[in-house]
Amino acid sequence: MSTLEIDRVRKAYGNLEVLKEVSISIGTGDFLVLLGPSGCGKSTLLNMIAGLETVTGGEIRIAGRTVNDLSPKDRDIAMVFQSYALYPTMTVRQNIEFGMKIRKVAQADRDKAVKTASDLLQITHLLDRKPSQLSGGQRQRVAMGRAIVREPKLFLFDEPLSNLDAKLRVDMRTEIKRLHARLGTTIVYVTHDQIEAMTLATRVAVMKDGVVQQLDEPQAVYDRPANVYVARFVGSPAMNIVPALLEADGTAVIEIARRPAARVGGIALSADALHRYAGKRVLVGIRPENFSIAPTGSTAPSMTIDFDVVEPTGPDTLAVFQLGGVEVTARLPPRQAHAGREAALAVDTSKIVLFDSETETRID
Amino acid sequence: MSTEARSARRAHQFGRLFIYGSLIALAIFYLMPLWVMIVTSLKSLDEIYSGSFIGLPQAITFEAWEKAWGQACIGTACDGLRPYFVNSLLMVIPAVALSTAIGAINGYILTKWRFPGANFVFGLMLFGCFLPFQAVILPMAQLLGSLRLSGTIPGLVLVHTVYGVSFTTLFFRNYFITIPDELTRAAQIDGAGFFRIFFSVMLPTALPIIVVSCIWQFTQIWNDFLFGVSFTAGQSSPITVALNNIVNVTMGRKQYNVDMAAAMIAAIPTLVVYIVAGRYFVRGLTAGAVKG
Repeated sequence: MSTLEIDRVRKAYGNLEVLKEVSISIGTGDFLVLLGPSGCGKSTLLNMIAGLETVTGGEIRIAGRTVNDLSPKDRDIAMVFQSYALYPTMTVRQNIEFGMKIRKVAQADRDKAVKTASDLLQITHLLDRKPSQLSGGQRQRVAMGRAIVREPKLFLFDEPLSNLDAKLRVDMRTEIKRLHARLGTTIVYVTHDQIEAMTLATRVAVMKDGVVQQLDEPQAVYDRPANVYVARFVGSPAMNIVPALLEADGTAVIEIARRPAARVGGIALSADALHRYAGKRVLVGIRPENFSIAPTGSTAPSMTIDFDVVEPTGPDTLAVFQLGGVEVTARLPPRQAHAGREAALAVDTSKIVLFDSETETRID
Repeated sequence: MSTEARSARRAHQFGRLFIYGSLIALAIFYLMPLWVMIVTSLKSLDEIYSGSFIGLPQAITFEAWEKAWGQACIGTACDGLRPYFVNSLLMVIPAVALSTAIGAINGYILTKWRFPGANFVFGLMLFGCFLPFQAVILPMAQLLGSLRLSGTIPGLVLVHTVYGVSFTTLFFRNYFITIPDELTRAAQIDGAGFFRIFFSVMLPTALPIIVVSCIWQFTQIWNDFLFGVSFTAGQSSPITVALNNIVNVTMGRKQYNVDMAAAMIAAIPTLVVYIVAGRYFVRGLTAGAVKG
């Protein structure tokens, strides 16, 4: 059993509150990603789980045991750092062994653990090298090897891929995912890269200004963002947030300059929400891929717009246009959009999310 | 070749000539005293008094060196510099080791175990670098007196260690600050404690700055005269004080050759340290300037 419970945890440096009552709970084998921009408190939270920062308030429990006052070595954790933090004067083998030596693990057991880990990570041929003789990806593997031999209850990763180049980052991402599948340990992973969060996590906690904005599985965060902040942070290009007027029958009316207003109906809403927001201004969230070119002659509701800029990316084309007074991006199949031309666009209304225009939280 | 290119090349050649010419001239100028010392120390006294001062010796003799090392009179004892050379070694080795060790620990604490007011403490220690020797002589004499270390070599070791800690702390603090904190954090998670991290992780990376600290401290302490002459007397003096006594106290003809040899003997250890460890010195001084 290796659960992690973060129970109303706070962190303050003097008067500066960095974390405000964060509560997160994950089960054995979960892959929790703490996602947020720099300065949102995600690394601080990770360091508090590791025991490298003190806890101002609340409780952190690993496998049911409160660890607030335990030193890092007694928490049964292992950590992989952004800079890898390999001991520069030690060989790869010594780096991996260091923790076991301190814990006075017998030589034979140490050798076995090093062998298992280095086979798993394919770094056996590097064992006698110094970190300075390794490439970034190899250093990353060694850092993971050092964590694996610990056989911890909890793995902590602090932006482990951000020092790698784009290609290697994708490879190592897959590697980490594979490792998680094979070892089945609980992982807490900090990143500002929403793609890493989407691809790796079983649970994502999106953070901003020391507050968890949403804690859910990645697809749910993507499909049903809790607020405008999460909607914009997760997904690339970001979700389009368009001001609209909600009519009593649940149709959102979006103004289009020099064109008839678009009427988007069939948005899933509870009767209660509909009652409260009818006749009010709301924010409509539409993912770029939920736009499509309306088939000619179709009777389905569509909107007529003028494409402003068209950016082909290869697999699809990003088309930018004005909607409700803001700039909006649609992800369309290649060669379907042309800059400066008008087009009729259909919207997958089942995927639309509405937000309160004041609080910017999701309306259900 | 066009005239322009030719004149450019000529200007370049002239520039080179000027640079090397002045470098060589300056080098000769700076090496002149050393040259005079070496040749004079290898001449007999008669030859020196016969007038040749700068020229090569007619007959090389190591008499003056032997005399300076084993027979020259300092005060009433005529044992040469040897006992004082030993004194200096007894002073310099523990003082260098202690001040470097303390500086290393200080630098480690000031960068990796930061506490409230750490910068203030570091500022105070830096202040010690700017304290002139003369300012501490009287209080130091009182302290040594109350510790019953007046006039002893351990007393000098204490003085030099205390005085040197400011510099060594500065060296190590500035070196360790370039080592990422994640390294100590990783070691903490691996279960290493304060001293384990220091000895297994930090010190091995600090070799260049250890060398810098040792060279710096060695030359400072070995060459010190003021503390030596203030806090010791007679048989417990370091070599710099003894050298002064040889040179300034003479009966009869001034023995230039012995003086020169004695000065050379006093200077050799620092020279050796520079030659052996000099390349680490430059490397250590520039370490941290460029992140590797």
